[in-house]
Amino acid sequence: MDYELTEEQQAIVETARDIAQKKIKKVREHYDKTEEFPWEIVEELRKADLFGVYIPQEYGGLGGGAMELVLLVEELSKACGGIALCMAATALGAYPILLYGNEEQKKKYLPDIASGKRLAAFTITEPEAGSDATAAKATAKLEGNQYVLNGTKCFCSNGKAAEIYSLFFSTNPARGARGVSCFIVEKGTPGFEFGRKEEKMGIRANWTYQLEFNNCKVPKASLLGGEGRGLLIAQTTFDVSRPGVAAQALGIATGAMEEAFAYARVRRQFGQPVISFQAMQHKLAQMAMEIEAARALLYCVTRAIQKGGEDKRYTKESAMVKCFCSDVAMRVTTEAVQMCGGIGYMHDFPLEKFMRDAKITQIYEGTNEIQRNEIAMHMIKEAARAGTGKK
Amino acid sequence: MHIIVCIKQTPATANIQIDSKTGTLKREGMAAAINPFDEYGIEEAVRIKEKLPGSTISVVTMGPPQAEDALRDAISRGCDDAFHVTDRAFAGADTWATSYTLQMAIKKIAEVKNRPFDLIICGKQTNDGDTGHVGPGIAAWLNIPNAAYVGHVEEVKEGSITVRRMMEDGYDVLELPTPALISVIKEINEPRLPSLKGKLAAKKAVIPKWDAAAINADKAKIGLSGSPTIVAKSFNPPPRKGGERVEGATPEEKAKRLVARLKELKVI
Repeated sequence: MDYELTEEQQAIVETARDIAQKKIKKVREHYDKTEEFPWEIVEELRKADLFGVYIPQEYGGLGGGAMELVLLVEELSKACGGIALCMAATALGAYPILLYGNEEQKKKYLPDIASGKRLAAFTITEPEAGSDATAAKATAKLEGNQYVLNGTKCFCSNGKAAEIYSLFFSTNPARGARGVSCFIVEKGTPGFEFGRKEEKMGIRANWTYQLEFNNCKVPKASLLGGEGRGLLIAQTTFDVSRPGVAAQALGIATGAMEEAFAYARVRRQFGQPVISFQAMQHKLAQMAMEIEAARALLYCVTRAIQKGGEDKRYTKESAMVKCFCSDVAMRVTTEAVQMCGGIGYMHDFPLEKFMRDAKITQIYEGTNEIQRNEIAMHMIKEAARAGTGKK
Repeated sequence: MHIIVCIKQTPATANIQIDSKTGTLKREGMAAAINPFDEYGIEEAVRIKEKLPGSTISVVTMGPPQAEDALRDAISRGCDDAFHVTDRAFAGADTWATSYTLQMAIKKIAEVKNRPFDLIICGKQTNDGDTGHVGPGIAAWLNIPNAAYVGHVEEVKEGSITVRRMMEDGYDVLELPTPALISVIKEINEPRLPSLKGKLAAKKAVIPKWDAAAINADKAKIGLSGSPTIVAKSFNPPPRKGGERVEGATPEEKAKRLVARLKELKVI
């Protein structure tokens, strides 16, 4: 399909493809096995100027937006969704600053993120507050010119590797969801420590850490967008970041299909390549159809988001994209393992890793159940609004 | 420092086929890319430029219209300006005519950029012609010092470059006064992948095309008619036969049998 990419977007895809195919492919097994952080690939992405594709030029970026990020993450994820996360999670950490930072905050952090000098991260999750983010217990108390942070945040992608964190603390627990505020916290701030490192099923090339705050003092200027605006910041961030997860899922699905297809063309059974059997052909066709449908939805929604600007919300559509693409990724990777039979199940063949990596895309940045809730809730609201209009 | 890198677009494979009738390389339908040895040349030029701010890199190729792709690729890898020497009259050039043509282009580049060249970098050879003549040939035409088989650049400064020339029994350390030419081997560096900014610059670059008249080339010294080389015959070397295995239960037994076999063959 020709998606009418601009010359710049094509250049992003080509540059990312080179890195994915020539650099990431040969090391993905190593990082999956060892759970080390893929710094050598971070360096490649830095040298190739890819960290800033979605950041405005005035802050050192290329001047693109969500679509540029989606194309980049998709291409990298075709080789390894786990390694691609160093880029996607940085964007998730950067978006709150990009969307709600004041000029000073943007100038302070975005150029380093755009150059890849410093990675970013984001987490709203707490041990007792997963899907119900409003149950968060971590607090920020204003004392003079500083906020004092206390509590625990968990499941932070890019944890410990990142140096800039967008995090959520309650500045007014009595107000519940409306008391949550967003802060930019730098690694190395006294009182900010890293707790347990999670051992994961997939995306093992990325570090997932628990963050511990013990009377961690940050300057008042680290508050993003004003007290009590945290939940809004998180939701608007997810509106633009969920297509990134969808792109990761789509890349994983595409990579898995390509590997399975290549294998089915050379694997011979009953005296012929297994791809000559209709059972295999139908699996392949189904994968290709679902992937292309997912891609069409993803690009369409992402372009609308980019065009819509800051005051328009696309919560329903971004939830659809994230949910749809990740479900496709899970189905495609499962079928890809099946197409390769016993070999597909083995560690020394990449298919089982694609399947493990795909699973997280149905879970993080809101489980797919939460996405369906959002979609339905928006539909009900829209219907109600239309109904009132008629009366 | 003004560095000029000479590149060639060659088939993107190590498995070059020769047309047994004409004795020339089969090019049709082959994917083309920058000659791999030239990629090391480009990378070394970019590394020198990074060390010496204010440097500029020009890249030049002699070749058919599609060779422009190789020049754009070179820009995406960090070269500043590209020059395409292209004319039907250049076709069929041997290494003598090629090096003559390239040195005329090099003089022209220095003229249009209004900056004399300090260093010319070539790959040690191409992966299709395999001669290794063109680099030293250019140096001879320009009457400048050259070092072939360069595996390491030790120092570059105003007025000189110090390099390691790899030899069969080690290496020579040579200091060459600039302007000079070096041709490089693959051990010299690991070429980087094109950057995004490089790719965008490559897409936008305006690449001048120069014919024989534009570089003031003497018609008698270019192309097939200007080439003194006569190719008597060319062919693919016969594939190597498999070796012989010396079997034995213990290393001692294997060694004994090996010695016996070598004596039988009158090797020792």
